[in-house]
Amino acid sequence: MKAVRPAAIAIAVIMLSGMRVDAQQPADSMARQQRQLDSLAALIRDLQGRMDSSARTPATVDQSVVPSQARAGGAYMNIGFVSISDFGWSSERDVGSLQLGDHDPKVRGFTIPNAELTFDGAVDPYFRGAASLVFKIDEEGESGFELEEVYVLTTSLPRNLQIKAGQFFTEFGRQNPQHPHSWAFVDQPLILNRMFGPDGFRGQGARLSWLVPTSWYTEAMVTALNSGGETLFSFRTEESSEINGGVPVERDVRGGTDLVVVPRIATSFDPTSTQSVLLGVSAAFGPNNSGPDARSQVYGADLYWRWKPAAAQQGFPFISMQAEALYRRYEAGERESVDDPSVTLPAETFGDRGAYAQLLWGIRPRIVAGLRGEMASGDDAAFESALRADRTRISPNVTWYPTEFSKLRLQYNYDDRQGIGTDHSVWLQFEFLLGAHASHKF
Amino acid sequence: MTFNSLLTITTAAVITLSNLGTASAQKLNVVATTPDLAALAQAIGGTTVNIKVLAKPTEDPHFVDAKPSHIVTLNRAHVLIEGGAELELGWMPPLLESARNSKIAAGAPGRIVASQGIRMLEIPTSFDRSKGDVHSMGNPHFLLDPVNVKIIAGHIADHFARVDPKSAVLYQANLRTFNATLDTKLAEWQRQLAPYKGAKIVTYHKDFPYLAERFGLQVVETLEPKPGIAPSPAHLAKVIGTMKAAKAYVILVQPYQNRKTAETVARQTGALVLDMPQQPGAAKNTATYFALMDHIVTSLAGAFQRKPMP
Repeated sequence: MKAVRPAAIAIAVIMLSGMRVDAQQPADSMARQQRQLDSLAALIRDLQGRMDSSARTPATVDQSVVPSQARAGGAYMNIGFVSISDFGWSSERDVGSLQLGDHDPKVRGFTIPNAELTFDGAVDPYFRGAASLVFKIDEEGESGFELEEVYVLTTSLPRNLQIKAGQFFTEFGRQNPQHPHSWAFVDQPLILNRMFGPDGFRGQGARLSWLVPTSWYTEAMVTALNSGGETLFSFRTEESSEINGGVPVERDVRGGTDLVVVPRIATSFDPTSTQSVLLGVSAAFGPNNSGPDARSQVYGADLYWRWKPAAAQQGFPFISMQAEALYRRYEAGERESVDDPSVTLPAETFGDRGAYAQLLWGIRPRIVAGLRGEMASGDDAAFESALRADRTRISPNVTWYPTEFSKLRLQYNYDDRQGIGTDHSVWLQFEFLLGAHASHKF
Repeated sequence: MTFNSLLTITTAAVITLSNLGTASAQKLNVVATTPDLAALAQAIGGTTVNIKVLAKPTEDPHFVDAKPSHIVTLNRAHVLIEGGAELELGWMPPLLESARNSKIAAGAPGRIVASQGIRMLEIPTSFDRSKGDVHSMGNPHFLLDPVNVKIIAGHIADHFARVDPKSAVLYQANLRTFNATLDTKLAEWQRQLAPYKGAKIVTYHKDFPYLAERFGLQVVETLEPKPGIAPSPAHLAKVIGTMKAAKAYVILVQPYQNRKTAETVARQTGALVLDMPQQPGAAKNTATYFALMDHIVTSLAGAFQRKPMP
């Protein structure tokens, strides 16, 4: 590079000396030559600038080929690992009966409910791929594994369409598609547990999404997925006796109506430059296994509001509010009682409902205070189930993020269960993250 | 409502609305992640482009909310200009995934990565987060070096011409004007700061190394002990000691950084806290890149001229 500079200057000097400035020439010619001189001078400055910048560049490194996400994952795949550990105590001796989520603290003392390996990257110009594998240790100390998500996502379909296919968290409401490490509280909201089970609503299927060409954000999507399995809790799950009190019936997939279909529409607008609102409605329709023709419908509405001032350090301060309300209409067939085989429960239709609302306040960089209130209840039916009884819970918490890659959260739960009474729990949660950091979604 | 009727309604809505959205705009829709890139795009694109910015001038560009309105903006973009070097890593990927716009996909003519072709400073030799939030590709705050800006402006003009060939001549002409002004201005800025070569400064974050290098300033300390790590009392005590020993009397703070921390240090060292925006529009009368740099250079020169407080 160093050799180029004198060469360029020499060329410029030769070019300049080649232009004879004749005093006899008319003024316009002089002006033209002056312009030529000016532009040559500019050219030299430009070359000088380029050389200044390139001379500092190691010649062997071509910056243009350095991938933009070259963190621990290397060029083709981002690899991340996130671990959640809980420690705490509850007035309820059987903590598992109180904390029903699969990634909740499970015992008095220590729990490791979620250690997750995540992979994602571009498959080729047409698809992105992602997977998350979850390892966990249950209340008996047994290690467990689940293929939580594995899916491809199209990247270049026409007309604003996008298809996701594989196993993934169903896009129903706001929190269900989120992984536990992005939750604002230690535990799964009660109503999501009652509607979708301890692991949330996910399964094998496909989702078609359409970004509606309106001037504000509107996305319409519909997911179709298999109706069987423990993560299809309101549908053909082996655990359905918790919902309907009966022994599950064997029920094959006969046609398209035996799939679960989940339409959702979400819309968002910014009331001011510092506030955003996201609203959504979702539904899920599918068969359940309380009888050969029994069906369930789940409906949900969700709201998210967020404020962040124009000057924010590391994303702080902020205030956000998130709320979801869900309702399930369960058409149970005539079925054998799970408690007493001699009893046959009548065909009946009953509803379950619940809601939660959570307020977060990012007080100053890295400190967030939160408050969540929840309630859930079920209509009277011909059977009793703890999972349908009235329950309320209030949870204040505070989270400290030493960096984006770790967090420490302290949460208190005041729990009131119908027929059981009140319980108090205190949980401390620690999370760490290695490798590629998943970006923050809204 | 049954599932079938819901499906029918949805399908009908899909067909109607998808026909509405096909009318194409005349101007080139350009989205810039930060206001400084937008200012360059404006200089090159002139009136033929319609520019939108995702980050606010007063916002920390590492931490922008990935709000859904940005998805719509990106969905309609013909060109996206990003800083690159992981500046937007925390919030861009999900936006791009949802925007489903192949015009601005990585490698497409409509995607401009400003960091490409820039000689990056502070490229780490190892990836280790115990050293703070270090960007694996180097420090991404490179637009305060006008020489880098010239390279980026060239890329912008080049990409604009590829996406919109009919205005290629205009973009080239605008680039020439921009470069000519930049040359004149750079010489002016260097003249203004020449008397202060070697002047020592302290910054909050590691966000001024390119400015320092171009104009011969010396960053002796940062208030953050490590990039992205909050200042601790122990570290600040060390900073105060270093500042006194090195005779550094100017602390640069961006609008979104904690000015109070800087003021505390300033009180104990007699230093001046200088509000130093990096983004056009963050301070008054700084709408263009030149106006911003004029502001930066003038306030720096003013601060260096001032006698340190006893």
